[in-house]
Amino acid sequence: MSVVEHSASELLELLARGDASSVEITQAYLDRIATDDKQIGAFLHVDPDAALKQAADVDRRRKAGKQIGKLAGLPVAVKDVLCDSDTLTTCASQMLKSFRAPYNSTVVAKLKAADAVLIGRTNMDEFAMGGSTENSSFQLTRNPWDRDRVPGGSSGGAAACVAAGMAPLSVGTDTGGSIRQPAGLCGVVGMKPTYGRVSRFGLVAFASSLDQVGPLSRSTKDAALLLETLAGHDPQDATSLDTEVPRYTASIDQPLEGLRLGIVREHFAEGLDKEVEAAVREAIKVYESLGATVKEISLPHSKYAVATYYVIAPSEASSNLARYDGVHYGHRTDRAALLEELAAERKQLEAAGDQAALDALDSSLVRMYRKSRSEGFGSEVKRRIMLGAYALSAGYYDAYYLKALKVRRLIRQDFDAAFEEVDLIAGPVTAQPAFKIGEMADDPLAMYLVDLYTVSANLAGLPGISIPCGFSKSGLPIGLQLQARPLAEETLFRGARMFEQATDWHQRRPGADSRAKKH
Amino acid sequence: MSQTYTTIIGLEVHVQLATDSKLFCGCSTQFGAEPNTQTCPVCIGMPGSLPVMNREAYDLSLKTAVAVNCEIPEFTKWDRKQYFYPDLPKGYQISQYDLPMSANGYLEIHDEKDRFEPKRVRITRAHLEEDAGKSVHDEQAGTADSEIDLNRTGTPLLEIVSEPDMRSSAEARAYLSELKLLLTYLGVSDCNMQEGSLRVDANVNLHLDTDEGKVATPIVEIKNMNSFRAVERALDYEAQRQFRVWQETGKKIGDSPKQTRGWDDAAGITRGQRSKEESSDYRYFPDPDLVPIIVTSEQIQEVKDALGELPADFRNRLIREFGLSSYDTDVLVNQGREVVDYFLEVAEHCDDAKAACNWVTQEVLRALKERESIISEFAISATNLAGLIQAIVEGKLPKTRAKDAFELMMVDGIDVASTVDRLGIEQVDESALESLCQELLDANPKIVADVQSGKPQAVGALIGQAKKRNPNVDPGRVREICLKLAQQE
Repeated sequence: MSVVEHSASELLELLARGDASSVEITQAYLDRIATDDKQIGAFLHVDPDAALKQAADVDRRRKAGKQIGKLAGLPVAVKDVLCDSDTLTTCASQMLKSFRAPYNSTVVAKLKAADAVLIGRTNMDEFAMGGSTENSSFQLTRNPWDRDRVPGGSSGGAAACVAAGMAPLSVGTDTGGSIRQPAGLCGVVGMKPTYGRVSRFGLVAFASSLDQVGPLSRSTKDAALLLETLAGHDPQDATSLDTEVPRYTASIDQPLEGLRLGIVREHFAEGLDKEVEAAVREAIKVYESLGATVKEISLPHSKYAVATYYVIAPSEASSNLARYDGVHYGHRTDRAALLEELAAERKQLEAAGDQAALDALDSSLVRMYRKSRSEGFGSEVKRRIMLGAYALSAGYYDAYYLKALKVRRLIRQDFDAAFEEVDLIAGPVTAQPAFKIGEMADDPLAMYLVDLYTVSANLAGLPGISIPCGFSKSGLPIGLQLQARPLAEETLFRGARMFEQATDWHQRRPGADSRAKKH
Repeated sequence: MSQTYTTIIGLEVHVQLATDSKLFCGCSTQFGAEPNTQTCPVCIGMPGSLPVMNREAYDLSLKTAVAVNCEIPEFTKWDRKQYFYPDLPKGYQISQYDLPMSANGYLEIHDEKDRFEPKRVRITRAHLEEDAGKSVHDEQAGTADSEIDLNRTGTPLLEIVSEPDMRSSAEARAYLSELKLLLTYLGVSDCNMQEGSLRVDANVNLHLDTDEGKVATPIVEIKNMNSFRAVERALDYEAQRQFRVWQETGKKIGDSPKQTRGWDDAAGITRGQRSKEESSDYRYFPDPDLVPIIVTSEQIQEVKDALGELPADFRNRLIREFGLSSYDTDVLVNQGREVVDYFLEVAEHCDDAKAACNWVTQEVLRALKERESIISEFAISATNLAGLIQAIVEGKLPKTRAKDAFELMMVDGIDVASTVDRLGIEQVDESALESLCQELLDANPKIVADVQSGKPQAVGALIGQAKKRNPNVDPGRVREICLKLAQQE
């Protein structure tokens, strides 16, 4: 069995026993990346020499009997939105295409402290805005199960690299489903922790009140392993929660006794693909067979979740992205061209004697802002900045942003009430399996609806996980989403693990056919 | 035309709080460092950086808000005020919008020269916010390049907004002086206007009585006033300007939008700023990176209890306990808490509070001014000054030698006993004094004759001679005795 077929936990055992070195393991993944990523496009940046150097360093320290970290020698891929002072952090945007942070995000610092080998930076939708990774301003990422299809997004590269065996673990971020949705579409495990469970320091913000970092992996156990490393209070993030991090891996194999599983009535409405519905219902039966009680519940405000999300997230984004103005860092428009352009416009207006237009002509500063932002951002980012700026404008704030905050509270209250009756909520991750590249390119609204089942967890701050639960007839993975009470990650992992132990969906890999398919 | 108007003034004061570090990061707030050396990823708004509130800044703002009698809501939050400017690296300023940390306070003001009746100026709100950076427009170099210094970015500011309760520039100045004094007593700010620790914007318009009833002129916000004197001058100028414009155009409030004008101190006028710089939609919304602050009534009570005596308390006490005049009280209190404490210590260690007040307000303050020094560095300790006063009270030190003693104590920092010793001061007994006077009269028969012919001022010449012979003599006594003896001859 090739090294890259192992789970992260198995690799750690191999390393501990001395059956494999970190250099060997890292090299195996680098080889896989070298052969396959030209087609998949999961990584924006891989530095094999740096990765091998880290690996060799861990091997040396292990041999010398020195203290080594929890993930010592294990390759981990990181979404290109988490600052790492050793490499660029581009957010898949022209705006930051040569940005190097002088600091590590807390998450990257923890990975480094755990002696993980940071194998590469994964592709994403620009500034994490999108659900297909098509909004990356650098490259497409293809779904390893069908390369004509998207991997989902925004953590598309993070999910695809795990699915394609190019990394055993990867770190993504989830603002409206950006970990769970690509995990579902790529047939891997993807988990969004409780808001505040993982520090956001050094995570380039999209929507601060919704963003959360989480693990992607091939198994729930691996996800638990990675979350143990990532989670914890951070004094540098005022919204991070100051509570102990349980040892998820220690309890994960214990099934939940008397599990009460909630099924949301509103989830099985119009628009849900029949094959997806069938797979999810089948999964629920598996839980019943494991002794769980299934209870139908209602989340009456969930129908407003997408609308609420698309007010709050763009509003925060419009503010968070204001800093990319070309003044201090990031893309700045060409100075000479700008001055030339302004001079030409002025000359033209003077010749025409149009005083009003002359008075309204941009100052060079304003034109620098306009051009830098216009050149640096892609169209989806611009769309969301405009949506957000509009929703926050005087006269609209109450009708949009404030109302969205109120609905957000109602959504959370729905969940609070539901969790009085059930321990976990099960349902689909997405309405359909992976769609074709370009299929929704001209329909941003349809793309927004992709988040239908995932945004509520972000709005309510709950933990959620996507695990493989079947395949469509055409061989595309289908995900099952589980959601739990705030800070009930342990329950979530144990519940997910029960299903994983009873099924083998998570063990399927994209076939050689798919791997060999040429483009 | 003799139409009368009332000037309506409200003030917005930005106070830089005296914290060691910035409001949302650990960078130093020290003034005057090399540009862009006191910055970090947080205050320069780099991607992924997050603000974490500096508790000390909040505590100082709470102290101030309580001292200006504000109500403290139990819940306050942070908002983002959004606009693009190169010295605002995040594209927004973290401030407080609809739920400020305090509201509905007041400050009592009075005028030592009684130019206006004592009054209460209401304070609408006081809220915390971070400062922006500084743009340095280098126009002289001819390149038209601007440079940005972000050292100041993120420094904590408390914005204190008054109601439009002031009716003259004198009232505005009194408000500012009283506020500054209070802030200094609280130790929450150094209030240095030159370094920007205290900044004032004024909102002003006129209320006029016309045939159609009361009307108001459009409100103007005046910026760029760099001293209290400038505030006074700008307000006086602006009132006159608005009256002139009213007479010329008849424009009322609502006829034109609120205007911002900058004060040009050299020219002594206000100038309109471009309308582009004025009207903005700041798109305020709650900052999702920060958590709201919850304050309990117990915490507020603790702050109240720890405030100590403030200027108004000291004024009352000095009048009540020591019988000082309100003028003297103002002089002492306006010098700051250290001077008041010094006075209190002097008064406590001697039996003449009035004399203590005179010594402090006259000799001590004069000496400090001459030396450009401060009370904490003053060579005469409060107990030594009390000793000096007590020596006079007890007759151990002639009043005439007191200033010599004071000067010597100031140079050498010694106590009064050693000073008396060093100056060779000793009491002159009555018989010695009489024989000295007699000797002088005997030597100056012309003076005796002058006195006898009704010119008592002639003895004046003897006083100087007496002092030469014995520096410890009391000139008043010399005069009395000489007159008496001359008449007897």
